[in-house]
Amino acid sequence: MKIRAQIAMVLNLDKCIGCHTCSVTCKNVWTSREGMEYAWFNNVETKPGIGYPKDWENQERWRGGWKRKANGRIVPRQGGRWAILANIFANPNLPEIDDYYEPFTFDYAYLHNAPELATSPVARPISLVSGETMDKIEWGPNWEEILGGEFAKRSEDYNFEQVQKEIYGEFENTFMMYLPRLCEHCLNPSCVASCPSGSIYKREEDGIVLIDQDKCRGWRMCVSGCPYKKIYYNWNTGKAEKCIFCYPRIEVGQPTVCSETCVGRIRYLGVLLYDADGIERAASVEDPEDLYEAQLGLFLDPHDPRIQAQARAAGVPEAWIAAAEHSPTYKMAVEWRIAFPLHPEYRTLPMVWYVPPLSPIQARANAGAVDMAGRIPDVHSLRIPVRYLANLLTAGAEAPIVSALERLLAMRSFFRARQLGEPDDMAVLEEVGIGLAEVEEMHRYLAIANYEDRFVIPTTHREQAENAYELRGTCGFSFGNGCDAGELRPGLFGGTMGQRKLSPIRFGVE
Amino acid sequence: MGFGTALNEFLFGIYPYIALAVLLLGSLVRFDREPYTWKSDSSQLLRRHQMRLGSNLFHYGILVVVAGHFIGFLTPDWAIDWAISPAQHELMAMLAGGVAGLVAIVGMSILIHRRLGDPRIRNNSRKWDIAVVLLLWLQLALGLLTVPFSAMHMSGSMFEVLVTYVKGIVTFQGGVAALLLGTPIIYRVHIFVGFTIFLISPFTRMIHIWSGVGSLAYLFRPYQLVRTRRHTS
Repeated sequence: MKIRAQIAMVLNLDKCIGCHTCSVTCKNVWTSREGMEYAWFNNVETKPGIGYPKDWENQERWRGGWKRKANGRIVPRQGGRWAILANIFANPNLPEIDDYYEPFTFDYAYLHNAPELATSPVARPISLVSGETMDKIEWGPNWEEILGGEFAKRSEDYNFEQVQKEIYGEFENTFMMYLPRLCEHCLNPSCVASCPSGSIYKREEDGIVLIDQDKCRGWRMCVSGCPYKKIYYNWNTGKAEKCIFCYPRIEVGQPTVCSETCVGRIRYLGVLLYDADGIERAASVEDPEDLYEAQLGLFLDPHDPRIQAQARAAGVPEAWIAAAEHSPTYKMAVEWRIAFPLHPEYRTLPMVWYVPPLSPIQARANAGAVDMAGRIPDVHSLRIPVRYLANLLTAGAEAPIVSALERLLAMRSFFRARQLGEPDDMAVLEEVGIGLAEVEEMHRYLAIANYEDRFVIPTTHREQAENAYELRGTCGFSFGNGCDAGELRPGLFGGTMGQRKLSPIRFGVE
Repeated sequence: MGFGTALNEFLFGIYPYIALAVLLLGSLVRFDREPYTWKSDSSQLLRRHQMRLGSNLFHYGILVVVAGHFIGFLTPDWAIDWAISPAQHELMAMLAGGVAGLVAIVGMSILIHRRLGDPRIRNNSRKWDIAVVLLLWLQLALGLLTVPFSAMHMSGSMFEVLVTYVKGIVTFQGGVAALLLGTPIIYRVHIFVGFTIFLISPFTRMIHIWSGVGSLAYLFRPYQLVRTRRHTS
């Protein structure tokens, strides 16, 4: 057994209000640069929908993640080492920028400069890629916001598999949920496995997956290799970029920007100890429905003194072991079993997990016949089909999802009774198999969601890795080659990539 | 020594060493000092159209052409003389090189059309990017033009002269430039442009060729990579 630690994230979808604060703060901090306009390290999708980039969940099309061969070994779905190298000149599975969206600005100056006209002037969109005027903006980062567009389009959502989706096109039966997405910082990342230059790596200390910008050669295999499509090719610098889990913040004990600014307080960050030796075995189990349990089996009990001793021996710092004992992500994923990995069938063992959302009881049930499963409503009468959530979070296994939803419903029922001054309804807890202490803690974490409960982040011992004395007066965090900002200045080895020439709309004056 | 001879001596006796020195030192300096600029600079994300066809044709074609040049010119005499005659050697080079060169130039033509014709690619092309594709196209065309010239001397004697010249350059034998004086101009232009491509490589996206070779290491590494920040002394 080889113990490693990772800062994992859990998102409580039940409380996500789809405000995009996470996306916007992330964009402002990390991707408001030329070449990355189209890239959102964090984005929030409205489900059902085909998502961003279009149809990203369809791995028959994009061939991301891993596939299990007949002999039980796993290989990247886009191909093994030879196939990847053979495709290096033109990646057949690479999305085009239009699959995300063509980044644009508007010709704002024209609103000021336009001469007197019969109609008021219009600022037309201008492509940031070609500099040409665009006739029409065809797609954007959040085109399907709140079920925008017709049902026929969003019904192509991959998670409708084995769901009688036609009825959800009817207004009375429609449903939606938000899905904030970021890099999963997987235990078995297929981006790392796909990189011909070996520039992508997982950090042993905190599990963050990063791209070494100096080693990246722009072969683009990671973009197609990642099933979540969370690696973006910077078309200006020619390097791949991805969510860095705000590692400069994590290292000093602060939550990621998306978590810090989350208005709904839905994000949790905490240490998970895992057995690195079991990764390949867990990722290779035959039935995709077993992948969730297999990954759970990798997480180690931080309260177990033997595990603690082994972690210490493996070099996990004391503060990290202490943080693991108070980890909100461990509680939600392992103790309460209410959080699940996103699309475990990709076999990447993702480390950003989700609490499935509750949804209103369907109209017909409201009409007087609420289907009850004991003392709580039957989760199958919830508006969001269980099968849909299972396709999203457990590779189709419904039982874990049902159990989690029932626990969430039981917690609500229990605290509703308490709020009304009724005696504690212990029976409802027994039905879903949780105790009084547990439900009180769940309530504190999920409903109150105090800052210090949500974020238990031990600081990194940078002093062990770097000589702080030598670092005085150096450049700190920068793009490019240390103090040299890379391509921002013209230089011997290539200046700025193509001076951007925006073509303004000229008004023909006779 | 007349001016023509002196120029010939410079272009084919000295310039190759300048070009090779710049190639090697320039690449080394760039790799060491500007690793962030070291990349293949793919434009596939911006436009998929024509990329798969053009890029694959060009790259696979040019790989065969380059490998053919290395094998054809640098294989030691003792390793090849017993197997085939110079005439057979020349015929093989003409056929294999001609086919691969055609494949490459078709691919490059598609890529040039894409680079100059597509507003997305055109707007994001550096001057060097355009210069490089045009230069490579020119060099491929020159190389293909040597095929009919070679066909006029099927004895293999001309081919022998060129092989002797290239071997002389890479083994630092002075005076081999004079061998080229009697050869058709097309060969000499082809050689000059070839060394010029070496010369400019460190300053352009051509440096990704080194990385292409380096990526072969991928075949031998484990899929997963983990880095630690801990000092392991």
